[in-house]
Amino acid sequence: MAQHSSTAEGHDSHASHGSVKSYLVGFVLCIVLTAMSFGVVMTGAVTGFAAVAAIVVLCVLQLLVQLVFFLHMGTSPEQRENLSSFVFTVLIIAIIVGGSAWVLHNMNANMMPM
Amino acid sequence: MSDLLIFSVLFATFAVLSGATAGGPHGSELFDLSFVLTETMLLLVSSVTFGMAMLALHAGQRGKVLAWMAVTFLFGAGFIGMEIYEFHHLIAEGAGPQRSAYLSAFFTLVGTHGLHVTSGLIWMAVMMHMISRHGLDPIVRRRMACLSLFWHFLDLVWICVFTFVYLMGAL
Repeated sequence: MAQHSSTAEGHDSHASHGSVKSYLVGFVLCIVLTAMSFGVVMTGAVTGFAAVAAIVVLCVLQLLVQLVFFLHMGTSPEQRENLSSFVFTVLIIAIIVGGSAWVLHNMNANMMPM
Repeated sequence: MSDLLIFSVLFATFAVLSGATAGGPHGSELFDLSFVLTETMLLLVSSVTFGMAMLALHAGQRGKVLAWMAVTFLFGAGFIGMEIYEFHHLIAEGAGPQRSAYLSAFFTLVGTHGLHVTSGLIWMAVMMHMISRHGLDPIVRRRMACLSLFWHFLDLVWICVFTFVYLMGAL
């Protein structure tokens, strides 16, 4: 238990917590990005591949905004460990999702028509 | 990370099955985007209010922590309420998970996210009780840091859900 509380304190002392301002900046950015993604689809201003590309880019941007402003991810030395483990996770997930979609798409394409 | 893997696998499944509607309805006929936009805003606001709770936690203001957590809880509960209504509506329309592989994947992915938000709400209620009983001791602080991570993570997953499931489905 004692060890537990000391790690909790240790964690508290060097992690950055952000401020009201950083949360609000992140919040406004997220609202703008969300409105833009829904706007693209709901107004039908852009269609086809351009629309798909636009909402994927907006999605990635919003993920980054939330990671930086809400989860306080950064490139400062004390954050580097968090950042590298996060990048590794993203890599694994890209392999799993991209790989599954690729393999199964191929299988589907090569299936004999029933 | 294990939770991220669950969701990434469910996203992959959804991507593969998104064309397999078996003659049933596709997303563009089912989803009401302004409804989804409201859900998105509820979850986004709850993410920010939880951030405010964490700031109050670091400032040691117990009353403020509890108040912000209560606000967060209400927004999260609103999100879940809307999602249950949406699921009920879809099933009543005959677009339940048994209709097609596409809808099975949809209900699994969105339902898993909903279950996570629900367990986040339960966790939040437990933490509110702990804070009011024990105050802001190191154990509470540590658990709140974990809950904060979990709650922001659920918002991240939801960004992917509304982009890939609802918006792409409606295109």
